[in-house]
Amino acid sequence: MTTTIKVNGVDRTLDVDGDTPLLWALRDVLGMTGTKFGCGMALCGACTVHVDGVAVRSCITPVDSIGKSEITTIEAIGATPAGAKIQKAWLDREVVQCGYCQSGQVMSAAALLASNPNPTDSDIDAAMSGNICRCGTYVRIREAIKQAARSAGQGG
Amino acid sequence: MISDHLTSPAAASDRSPSGSSLSRRGFLQAGAVAGGGLLLSLSLPFANREAEAADSFTPNAFIRIGTDGGIVLTMPYVEMGQGTYTSIPMLIAEELEVDLNQVQLVHAPPNEKLYGNPLLAGVQATGNSNAIRAAWQPLRQAGAIARTMLVSAAAKRWNVDPASCRAQKGEVRHEPTGRHATYGELAADAARIPVPENVALKRPEQFTLIGTPAKRLDTPTKVNGTAIYGIDVRPPGVKIATLAQSPVFGGRVKSVNDAAAKAVKGVRQIIRLDDAIAVVADHMGAAKKGLAALVIEWEDGPHANLNTREIVGELEKATLNAGAVAQNIGDVGKAMAGAVTKVEATYQVPFLAHATMEPMNCTVHVRRDGCEVWVGTQVAARAQAAAAKTTGLPLDKVVVHNHLIGGGFGRRLEIDGVIRAVEIAKQVDGPVKVVWTREEDIQHDMYRPYFFDRISAGLDAMGKPVAWSNRFAGSSIVARWLPPGFNNGLDADTTEGAIHLAYALPNMHVEYARVEPRGIPTAFWRSVGPSHNVFVTESFMDELATTAKQDPVAYRRDLLANAPRAKAVLELAAEKAGWGQPLPGRVGRGISLQHVFETYMAQVAEVEVSRTGAVRVRRVTCAVDCGTVVNPDTVRAQIQSAIIFGITAALYGDITLKDGRVEQTNFDTYQMLRIDEAPAIDVYIVESREPPGGMGEAGTSAIVPAVTNAVFAATGKRLRKLPIDPKELKQV
Repeated sequence: MTTTIKVNGVDRTLDVDGDTPLLWALRDVLGMTGTKFGCGMALCGACTVHVDGVAVRSCITPVDSIGKSEITTIEAIGATPAGAKIQKAWLDREVVQCGYCQSGQVMSAAALLASNPNPTDSDIDAAMSGNICRCGTYVRIREAIKQAARSAGQGG
Repeated sequence: MISDHLTSPAAASDRSPSGSSLSRRGFLQAGAVAGGGLLLSLSLPFANREAEAADSFTPNAFIRIGTDGGIVLTMPYVEMGQGTYTSIPMLIAEELEVDLNQVQLVHAPPNEKLYGNPLLAGVQATGNSNAIRAAWQPLRQAGAIARTMLVSAAAKRWNVDPASCRAQKGEVRHEPTGRHATYGELAADAARIPVPENVALKRPEQFTLIGTPAKRLDTPTKVNGTAIYGIDVRPPGVKIATLAQSPVFGGRVKSVNDAAAKAVKGVRQIIRLDDAIAVVADHMGAAKKGLAALVIEWEDGPHANLNTREIVGELEKATLNAGAVAQNIGDVGKAMAGAVTKVEATYQVPFLAHATMEPMNCTVHVRRDGCEVWVGTQVAARAQAAAAKTTGLPLDKVVVHNHLIGGGFGRRLEIDGVIRAVEIAKQVDGPVKVVWTREEDIQHDMYRPYFFDRISAGLDAMGKPVAWSNRFAGSSIVARWLPPGFNNGLDADTTEGAIHLAYALPNMHVEYARVEPRGIPTAFWRSVGPSHNVFVTESFMDELATTAKQDPVAYRRDLLANAPRAKAVLELAAEKAGWGQPLPGRVGRGISLQHVFETYMAQVAEVEVSRTGAVRVRRVTCAVDCGTVVNPDTVRAQIQSAIIFGITAALYGDITLKDGRVEQTNFDTYQMLRIDEAPAIDVYIVESREPPGGMGEAGTSAIVPAVTNAVFAATGKRLRKLPIDPKELKQV
């Protein structure tokens, strides 16, 4: 039995069990390795993708639950206005260290900014506390989100 | 396997005398690159004692300047988030007079002889916060020598005095005549210039790159998903495997029923090893599903009933007998007998897992005549040797492709994951990527050791410590990982932070008893020895201040008359943190001071303790003197990082054994600090021209006692055992 999902605007057909987590379909079947494995239980956020613009943990999202929804991954998030601003702010603020969790951080932050152009500290806490960074880049993640929001406010 | 340009005959032709005073010629040679260009082969000092004894030149780092002007550094250290791939090229670029983005980096292939780390007895490793310390002199000298040779080549070509030429931004210019030539145009000529004997290095005030916040070179691919970590490699036809290892260390597989697992769509093969079962599949989803469907019966072996408290009991017992003397000053027995007040305490720190965000993984393709390994490792040469041993192939038939590391913290100084992957790959036709689940990663880590400390001090009538005695027991990682580094019952890591304190202590006696715990492997963990010792010494120093009824900062300051750098960071941290200013109830400030990794650091933590005992770190102020700063933004980033890492350990870090099994499994039971719990962090860097100190780890050891001392200030409760137990802090 095959499943068809739409990833970054392209229909992709998968020959895997319907309960296969999206994470593994992306990484191992489609070869899109930007989305990372961290815990397999939605505890760390490394695997975050967008499903219809909403941040979801792909490690617990079965491929047969997606239906016609549009999946966006780190490979394509730079094409969205919020994603591009977040990526730029991440580099401007030198957020990244080992970088392994940052795909997920960028995806969570981009979803936040797209839905909330001026997030408060508590908005940032709520949107980002599901994403663990073992290198402890949290101080800079917060600054970068605020910078991205400011640049969005300026219409830039 | 070394690429051609690294073994050009020119590089190996000359023989230089070696000696204790290292001449520039003694560590560097120049030659031509095949196809033109200049090759500098460097021998970092004391990298290889055998080579020194043989009186031969053994280069272990290489800088190539091609005829296209490209500069390639073959890099003996790995990037794992600490910024090495930016700060090391800065050292060369500064003296070579090129832009940072002109320097390209290549991972060093595994070759211990060539790439051994001089500060780790020649093991090819990145660790112990020493990449910059090892590279600081030689790479700047290499850059200066290359620049001098390029200038000489230009001067010769133009028939002018070299002193009238100037190197700038990758070219040599002769202002009086307006002539200029790029390094690429000069590289072939420069290769024929004799290596200069004396080259002056820039004075600190001449630095244009060192000390500036250079942009990280490795980050753009890490924000768009294109960076390739070990776990991301996909050799054609690769299968994915995941595994279950014996839940009790030292146990074995008794029986396995794999019928249901084999029926899972996408599962290709079940592999039985002596102490593990692996499921090989088309993708990790199928492999995990197959693993869950296995019915495995384990034979638990000798540690079947082991619990943490038995290990702790053995450690505690060891502190009642004499250990190896790590440091002795004066006569502690006599001083203690004459002391007015005596203070005694015991301290304990738990086993800790590394929990790198990239779970353990390794991809291997074993063929009859060779083996390829793809992995992110801090020890490439050891990975190669392990694969050779496990396959039975000669070393030169094993190729290791090193990759970006999704968090090291010491975990990737070990090669257990490589061995495991090769064992599995030997039974698979084609390449196989072995990916550990997070549960396997946590439950089969090699852990920061448990330590038990028995410490006491005697104070005089003024409250000053006249005697200091400390005896601690726990595992020595060095004794296993680098046996020559363990001598007379001691090693430099396990004792760092417990001896050579910044304080003037007239009578001091420190002993270490090596006790290897049964049934649980141990390994280096970010900030290693100091992660344990600084917690103990700085907590105890706080206890002495309390006993003496003195302010913790003032008490420490009085012991630092002969340690100006330590005193300066202590005072700076206290001042910037607003030490002494009033705080609300259940909020307190705590200080710590340390001199480890050749870096001086003081931290003030401000914590709030809720009625239920929950500890929240609100703010951390850090003052650091790490000598000359190469990249100040990286220094700040490493301190922010290390502080979060240390708070995670102080609040949550605890690996425990029950019936021989690690009880923690994933991030629900082995928690990490999250963004909503992260404090504000202010870092103040003391300007210094001393040689650089280590930066990657110092912040982790410093924060832990700052937090527990702050908890004491907030609640009056002294915490002598980690992690912090909120039950002890509940307001009644």
